Amino acid sequence: MTAWISNSVPIRHDVGLHARPSVKLTKLAKTFAAVIEIAGEPDGPWINAKSIVKVMAMKAKQDSILYVRAEGADAAAAVAALKELVERDFDEDAAHAASG
Amino acid sequence: MRQAVELKGKPASDGIFAGPIFFLGATRSGRRVAGDAEAERRALDAAVAAAIAGLTTLVETAPAEGAEMLGFQIALLEDEALLEPAHALIAQGIEADAAWRKTVEAEIVGYELSDDDYFRARAADLKDMRDRVLRALSGESASLAQAGAILIGDDVPPSLFLEADWSKGGAIALSHGSPSSHVAILARGRGVPMVVGLGDIVSAGHAEAVIDGALGLLVLSPDMAQKKLWSKKAEALAAKRAREARFLAEPARLKDGSRIELLINVAGPEELESLDPRFCDGIGLMRSEFLFRDGQKLPDEEMQYSAYRSFLDWAEGRPVTIRTLDIGGDKPIKGFTPEGERNPFLGQRGVRLTLEHVAVFKAQLRALVRAAVHGNLKIMLPMVTIADELDRSAALLDEVMTELTREGIAAKRPPLGIMVEVPAVAVAPELLAKAAFFSIGSNDLTQYVMAAARDEAAVANLSDPAHPAVLSLIANVTRFGREQGIPVSLCGDMASEPRHLKALIAAGLRTLSVSPASIARVKAALADIG
Repeated sequence: MTAWISNSVPIRHDVGLHARPSVKLTKLAKTFAAVIEIAGEPDGPWINAKSIVKVMAMKAKQDSILYVRAEGADAAAAVAALKELVERDFDEDAAHAASG
Repeated sequence: MRQAVELKGKPASDGIFAGPIFFLGATRSGRRVAGDAEAERRALDAAVAAAIAGLTTLVETAPAEGAEMLGFQIALLEDEALLEPAHALIAQGIEADAAWRKTVEAEIVGYELSDDDYFRARAADLKDMRDRVLRALSGESASLAQAGAILIGDDVPPSLFLEADWSKGGAIALSHGSPSSHVAILARGRGVPMVVGLGDIVSAGHAEAVIDGALGLLVLSPDMAQKKLWSKKAEALAAKRAREARFLAEPARLKDGSRIELLINVAGPEELESLDPRFCDGIGLMRSEFLFRDGQKLPDEEMQYSAYRSFLDWAEGRPVTIRTLDIGGDKPIKGFTPEGERNPFLGQRGVRLTLEHVAVFKAQLRALVRAAVHGNLKIMLPMVTIADELDRSAALLDEVMTELTREGIAAKRPPLGIMVEVPAVAVAPELLAKAAFFSIGSNDLTQYVMAAARDEAAVANLSDPAHPAVLSLIANVTRFGREQGIPVSLCGDMASEPRHLKALIAAGLRTLSVSPASIARVKAALADIG
């Protein structure tokens, strides 16, 4: 059995998980050794959070819920970090986000 | 807003153009030859790495919005998930470029099907990324050059110019190069503004520029005042062109009304598409090299026949002079021209080379004599230096005539003339009195008389076709032709330059062959010469 640590967070960003947020999310995910997956539904399909190709292909929209799970040594830290990034709206202020 | 940067070079082709810039980078020619799966995989990985490196450089200087989209492309390229399917296809025996195309295409379709405008728009980013890798893979940077842009680079090989799309305008700005290079000739032919010898061009961080071909000026990131100035100049230029255009449909005449035969130089059929044959008296020089581009298979007799015939059909009975394969020098073709020649301009080029490749030469002659049935064709040999070269070519021409007659294929033996571009012929034209006509190639003649390579920016000031020594040789050939009843024309670049026309008329020339773009300008200038 794989021990997944999971959490969920609503996406507030204007256009959802678009290019700039996706790049930030995958870059952050890659800093962890854990296997990290995200999904748009609580039961998947789960996709590799370190792959920009897959993350963008989710086309997650504003106000949708992002489910995050991770497995491995730093799994807990990874899930927490990703959740925080989404909660901080990818470190973008509203004005900047609107132009993106 | 970037500070405007003004660079002064040498004028190579007139005209003003403002638009986005496109940096050519290193320009290598030739297409890829696919290797085994392992080699293909390595090639793709290297191309992806090169694309990432290129994008990274761009990001450093791009404005925020641009940098962000480029960053997205870099992230995609660094993603194993994108490369894996391409690697899998390669393992199945598919070439790297096809595998890459197929893989990215699948992603592009995903975006294009989105119901969200934002995600649909990302398809363009993926296409941009796809093309950047394909360019790196093929080593060809300009065949995919942005249309309607100012191409900036070190130098541009002629093949690359011919592959680029000039239908939306555009211009060329080169660090090196020379106004007498073949690319400059092609640019003048197409009316593409061009400046050479600009020195190092640091284009990074600049998105647009203005080029003034007549002044030899490139202005990167022009400010509002400069833009205004050039748009005014462009208007004045357009007005001048409009004045000249009134001469376009008229026959070329001097001030006293005497007729000048005005022919055109063409390198490919696309140059004739928008040109009315009634605007000229025929084709004075058709450069058949366009059929023999580097990296491509040599065209067979049938293909050449139909190409030559299309020129004759276009001319509607007017004379069409087709020059036999003129390669070597600055126009090498891999596997055909000798490699590692120490001095290609003095080496095996033009007729010297075709006489060494009899099968290729004969195929061209066969295609020519077959096409000759359909119009008024003349055959011209390039780089003839001694009479023996003309004699041997004439013998081959007779040979193919005999062959075709035996085969029952319609053929006609056209007049066989020569280019006069080697001083040996210009000084002693009587040694080649057997030629059916002389056509003075002033570019190479100038190069050989002045001992200055035409593609060498450092000696471009010596490359002056109006030098008295060159003009005296032109007059010598013209005089000899008149005395002997041998038609003489000039198909070099100087005929397209209004400032040289007076000297050419004074030298006795009454037949000129010019670039299609300069017909109106030359006619207007001739009308002022009395």
